[in-house]
Amino acid sequence: MNDPHVHSHRHPPAADDPSSGYEPLERAIRELLIEKGILDAAAIQRRIEAMDSLTPANGARLVARAWIDPAYKARLLEDAAGLLAEEGFELEHSPTVRVVENTGDVHNVIVCTLCSCYPRMVLGLPPAWYKKKAYRARVVREPRAVLAEFGTELPDGVEVRVHDSTADLRYIVLPRRPEGTDDMDEDALAALVTRDALIGTAPARAPGES
Amino acid sequence: MIENGTKVRVDDRFHAGHHRVPGYLKGREGVVTACLGRFPNPEALAYFRPGDPPLALYQVRFRQADLWDGYAGGPADTLDADIYEHWLQQLEDRP
Repeated sequence: MNDPHVHSHRHPPAADDPSSGYEPLERAIRELLIEKGILDAAAIQRRIEAMDSLTPANGARLVARAWIDPAYKARLLEDAAGLLAEEGFELEHSPTVRVVENTGDVHNVIVCTLCSCYPRMVLGLPPAWYKKKAYRARVVREPRAVLAEFGTELPDGVEVRVHDSTADLRYIVLPRRPEGTDDMDEDALAALVTRDALIGTAPARAPGES
Repeated sequence: MIENGTKVRVDDRFHAGHHRVPGYLKGREGVVTACLGRFPNPEALAYFRPGDPPLALYQVRFRQADLWDGYAGGPADTLDADIYEHWLQQLEDRP
């Protein structure tokens, strides 16, 4: 008979991930670049801080403004890269950004099956699940099942459109504006736009929903 | 230049090393929905070559029901992928 106090369960792995070999490689190259005077530690730190300063809040702000201002929305859908460059995003050495709009007829969802391309230059680093093989393999093959696991159930009449970012473009989803938000200002609207809504795995939050 | 609306097939050819076509789309037919510009060939950039001349990049839309046997989603569901010109065969001259 099992004694519930016996410590018999399996332990989770001690490390986050088995060492891939890339970490020592990265360290070796970084140290060589510093030793040769090509980079310095402060420059690397500044790049890390710049990347860490990018968050999904940037995307939420774009969406909220697009919900309020039809001209801004048109520009965002037509020329997101130009608009973002004007707004001070550093896009010179990064892939082009494109925004795709969810409507009553089409629901967009973003993936990169070849690796883990993500609109980092706007939203920062992707969530861990976005990089996992399970998401990447399944969302192209059974997107509705994956969306349902995120709590997103779509009627059959809605076209689910998966964007596989296979090349030089990065995609951001413009989610639908939730009902009952007519009186909300830009800040309040932006608070409804989650990271998952910008990837397309979830809709924007309804007002009052946590 | 491939016009929007043109039917295309993704080449089903072997390519050793870095390439930018997902295996699940090789040999599949879709429709060009946008030309996204020209970009240095990433299959050359990957080996520190310049990637000249730049290649036209197309957004190609596939019907999910054409990609997967027994696809369980809606009949209108689609998948868009961005594919360089040298992987596409035109099936028609005109939309």
